[in-house]
Amino acid sequence: MALMLRNARLVDPQVKTAAGLVDILIRDGRIVEIGKDLDLPKGIERDLEGKYVVPGLVDIHVHLRDPGFEQKEDIASGTRAAAHGGFTAVCAMPNTDPVIDDAVGVEYVKARAAEVGKCRVIVSGACTKDLQGEVLADIGDMAAHGASALTDDGRGIQSAGMMRRVMEYALPFDMPVMVHAQDDSLVGKGQVNEGVASTRLGLLGWPAEGEELEIARDIALCRLTGCPLHIQHITTARGLDLVRVAKAEGLPVTCEVTPHHLFLTEDDITDAYQTTLKVNPPLRTRADADALVAGVIDGTVDAIVTDHAPHTDHEKDREFELAPFGMIGLETSLGLMLTHLVGPGLLTMERLVELMAVNPRAIVGQERVALEPGSVADLTVIDPEAEWTVLREDFYSKAGNSGFLNASLKGRATDVYVGGYATMENGEVIE
Amino acid sequence: MGCFPHKHLIDLGEYSADDIMTVLATAQKFKQVNERRIKKVPTLKGFTVVNMFNEPSTRTRSSFEIAEKRLSADALNFGGSSTSTVKGESLADTVRTLCAYKIDLIVVRDAHAGVPYKVAEASGVPVIDAGDGKHQHPTQALLDLYTIWQHKVLAEGVPFEKLHVGIVGDIGHSRVCGSLIPGLKTMGCEVTVVGPPTLMPARPDVLGADHVAYDLDSVLPQLDVVYMLRIQRERLEGAPFPSLREYSLLYGLTRERDALMKPDALVCHPGPINRGVELDSFMADHPARSVVLDQVYAGVLVRMAALYLLLGGQDGFDA
Repeated sequence: MALMLRNARLVDPQVKTAAGLVDILIRDGRIVEIGKDLDLPKGIERDLEGKYVVPGLVDIHVHLRDPGFEQKEDIASGTRAAAHGGFTAVCAMPNTDPVIDDAVGVEYVKARAAEVGKCRVIVSGACTKDLQGEVLADIGDMAAHGASALTDDGRGIQSAGMMRRVMEYALPFDMPVMVHAQDDSLVGKGQVNEGVASTRLGLLGWPAEGEELEIARDIALCRLTGCPLHIQHITTARGLDLVRVAKAEGLPVTCEVTPHHLFLTEDDITDAYQTTLKVNPPLRTRADADALVAGVIDGTVDAIVTDHAPHTDHEKDREFELAPFGMIGLETSLGLMLTHLVGPGLLTMERLVELMAVNPRAIVGQERVALEPGSVADLTVIDPEAEWTVLREDFYSKAGNSGFLNASLKGRATDVYVGGYATMENGEVIE
Repeated sequence: MGCFPHKHLIDLGEYSADDIMTVLATAQKFKQVNERRIKKVPTLKGFTVVNMFNEPSTRTRSSFEIAEKRLSADALNFGGSSTSTVKGESLADTVRTLCAYKIDLIVVRDAHAGVPYKVAEASGVPVIDAGDGKHQHPTQALLDLYTIWQHKVLAEGVPFEKLHVGIVGDIGHSRVCGSLIPGLKTMGCEVTVVGPPTLMPARPDVLGADHVAYDLDSVLPQLDVVYMLRIQRERLEGAPFPSLREYSLLYGLTRERDALMKPDALVCHPGPINRGVELDSFMADHPARSVVLDQVYAGVLVRMAALYLLLGGQDGFDA
């Protein structure tokens, strides 16, 4: 069956797109033709009424919590939240129970995603067994079974020697090593950014240097090993400077930023001790957030990710120091970027597509998706004018631990196509 | 006289100088109750106060209990092995359970910062923070201010604005500092914090400290009040100084340092004292300087005042 998307406004920095409104003809999961007033002998037609069509958005930092923590989220609910947020693919983090550190785990995630998923699920495997930072995970076997990236996300690999071993061993398998930069000897039980917030709230500090030291170390190990290095959820101005210098040197280093580190700061944590704002790494200073925004605009930042980290209400509704780290983000990420950066003219739609579709795919080695004939039809339709409010009851995620509840946003995804099939239409996930 | 403008006593930084003076003046009025043969007034008869101590505390809880009993409030001690975490109940559920007993005020002590706010939110009744993690301990700060007021402002006629207070020791892990420094600043004092850099918070200026010093001997001659903090051995992580011996050499207030102090400088300590660490016995028992036991007495007075004011009393109490 063919699908015709009519009156689309194309945004894709990878190809020269036609100006004005065009039609997109999709057959057998791929784009067949793009042009004005195309003929459709037989098939489904949808009129997009001038909305943007972009290569399908990809979030390469998502906790689907499945297996092991299905009360927080599972592959069915997490991929629906992804579709609702405009994503056609997510990269699932391996810090589940059991940890995805062998081929069996990779196969489980793939099988569940195929069975109940609403978007593609890119599987990442652990660098070290059980995320302990001591013994290599079955990296080669996981690669053979379809893992696309390696990460001990949630923890830093404490030993430089172990990190070197991971990066060297990973080289033949063509997977990036993605790092959660955290030096435990500096961070300890740190709860919030060390400085104003830690002093004001009487909480242990999580110093910027605890992140920056590991970034500097891993860049050195990238130089030593040649293994592609991806810095996850970077949060500080100096950390970003380290990446900037490494890139100028020509090292294969990339990095990502979350919307919460762009649009929230340590000052947002008030006497209410909001546990939704307890994230790891922590919300930093206004100056750090401003530097991250500048890095997004100037291209130092490669990808926007959410670090979607669902938790149940009862886990979050407790003493700040006892509540788990993390906030959800899949269903607010695009809206926040459109509202705060694209809307005010700080970021072009083309650059947004690079940050949320083109670069994420490239970092985890996924097939290119472009708005041209022959490409896989993973597409996101965006209404830049839609005004909406972030409401808990609208989430498809099982969790509600968003730091942006009740925010007024402008712009959102309305339709999503994965392999030519609609996963969301008019803002509703298709079952 | 109007109503006291606060529902809770959690963040002393929210109290104006007038508010603090109202508490201190009310505390002073309660002195006469405590100095009678029958130390009890019916002021809070019929009110139920819960002392929710989720962390071991003998002194602060005893002080609150005495304050409650002297005001005739019904006090319920809730804590120890009955705490929520032991049985797996959430804090909010525990508080809602307490509220179902129809209580009027909660005094809460907890090892975690911010808990009094959560208790206030879940309960809807007035809350007094009796110490939360490394965050605040407002009644301690109020009893310290009361003691300084009595000894310096009233007895010697030196206004708060002319006083230089040095706080010595573990500033970074101290909930006392979280309330005392903002309180002293509200009253107009000059505040210097003294201690090894490893015991300083990341941003002493955020608490309000005017100066940070690492050398006790160089600042002692300027101080009108020397506030010695307890070295809380149980709270120190990662050995921030080499030994108690070296700490005492550098930061202990000893007989040798007496000569460096102003003749009329006071020595305060929140207790319990580690004799031989932050204070030697000469200074702890110094008849002219040490006001440590006055502080303990002031604790009962300001806690009576806080309970009275938060439970709707007017600030013109007459015994």
